[in-house]
Amino acid sequence: MLLQKGVQPPSFRKTGTTIVGLVFQDGVILGADTRATEGPIVCDKNCEKIHYMAPNIYCCGAGTAADTEAVTDMVSSQLQLHRYATGRESRVVTALTLLKSHLFSYQGHVSAALVLGGVDITGPHLHTIYPHGSTDTLPFATMGSGSLAAMAMFESKYREGLTRDEGIKLVCEAICSGIFNDLGSGSNVDVCVITKGRTEYLRNHQLPNPRTYVSSKGYSFAKGQTEVLSTKTTPLKEKVEVIEGDAMEE
Amino acid sequence: MHSSSSVDKKGSEIFEMDSQRTLYPYVTGTSVIGIKYKDGILIAADMGGSYGSTLRYKSVERMKPVGKHSLLGASGEISDFQEILRYLDELILYDNMWDDGNSLGPKEVHNYLNRLMYNRRNKFNPLWNSLVLGGVKNGQKYLGMVSIIGIHFEDNHVATGFGNHLARPILRDEWREDMSYEEGVKLLEKCMLVLLYRDRSAINKLQIAKITEDGVSISPSYALKTFWKFSAFQNPAKGAEGSW
Repeated sequence: MLLQKGVQPPSFRKTGTTIVGLVFQDGVILGADTRATEGPIVCDKNCEKIHYMAPNIYCCGAGTAADTEAVTDMVSSQLQLHRYATGRESRVVTALTLLKSHLFSYQGHVSAALVLGGVDITGPHLHTIYPHGSTDTLPFATMGSGSLAAMAMFESKYREGLTRDEGIKLVCEAICSGIFNDLGSGSNVDVCVITKGRTEYLRNHQLPNPRTYVSSKGYSFAKGQTEVLSTKTTPLKEKVEVIEGDAMEE
Repeated sequence: MHSSSSVDKKGSEIFEMDSQRTLYPYVTGTSVIGIKYKDGILIAADMGGSYGSTLRYKSVERMKPVGKHSLLGASGEISDFQEILRYLDELILYDNMWDDGNSLGPKEVHNYLNRLMYNRRNKFNPLWNSLVLGGVKNGQKYLGMVSIIGIHFEDNHVATGFGNHLARPILRDEWREDMSYEEGVKLLEKCMLVLLYRDRSAINKLQIAKITEDGVSISPSYALKTFWKFSAFQNPAKGAEGSW
């Protein structure tokens, strides 16, 4: 009934996004932009889209922000319990299977599109997981609204056996392509480099959108700048007097 | 889009009205990409005509010269493209009949196409195309685009359809003023390769057209080299037998 009157239902907080991952010679590099949108408004200019799953596994999330957060948190806890039970480092396929079976059982209603990457005992792995639960194993992957812009960069520049610096550079190029060519993505570039035995989470690795016009003098509000029309002073006085020993007598 | 689901006494009348206007395309061509380079314009398009999800025609020339100075490339409904070519034929014919030593340049043809597309859109009967028009006249390079509803603009690099999402990021990054012919072709091929990988209606048979002060030439069709040997593709289930 309200819809008829023109009331619009609240739009979900989405990460209209560019997320990418690629496999380089020593491991996996994940990248993400940092803009979160609520319909046409940017609600968070610097959100974190690369989620922790395990010390050696990280996951980028696109889609509804609540869904990506909740599902990655949940599987992260499950992985930790599993680590305690087995006494071993978590494997990427474990996270993959837990995520895909959860998403499949919700038949696509959990709107989370993920890029999962990590290095375990069997080597570096990179997977994409779609909201309905299907997965792909890929050398390079992009998801989100900026995925086409980022994929254009990857398809033209990716090759096997990239070094760490080349890989980070390519990931940044792909995310910047999403930031500047897609309206749903913007702000900064987050990068996460996972290699055997070591993970580096480079938060805000690039800031290609600084505030350009900041007043260098700052803002001052001196007395006398605002015209005073009238003044009324009310002195604060004590309302209650507390007398020692006057408390409730038993 | 006008929906026409009426079930009243006017039903048959609405039905007749609907058969008079284009509702959806049948045989379609995919993206066209154009860039300006040192000596003129380069435009690339593949030669596929898709009938829905079938690749029905594999030798469709989606780029044609117009007059002495320009070339038109189109994506979208092929029959509407052929209709546009007929309109342009008539336009050029009348221009030649003036026999005044002047000939219609790319700017004029672009304006004509814009009026054509916009007026058809106003009648809810569009020509279902996105057009790329490039040309060189009197040393001036011109590259413009007209969309299905008559949005038009002129730029250093344009693309239609999927090319907007896949090729324009690359062009925005790598296009420079005054590229040589070889550099221009290399850049277009880079974009066409990404489109070949990621656009389902693209085929590996493309033509590149060159327009300079000397005239228009369209290359014979050729194919791009693709690479499929990434090691991750060889055995995706390596880490976990039985999964996918």
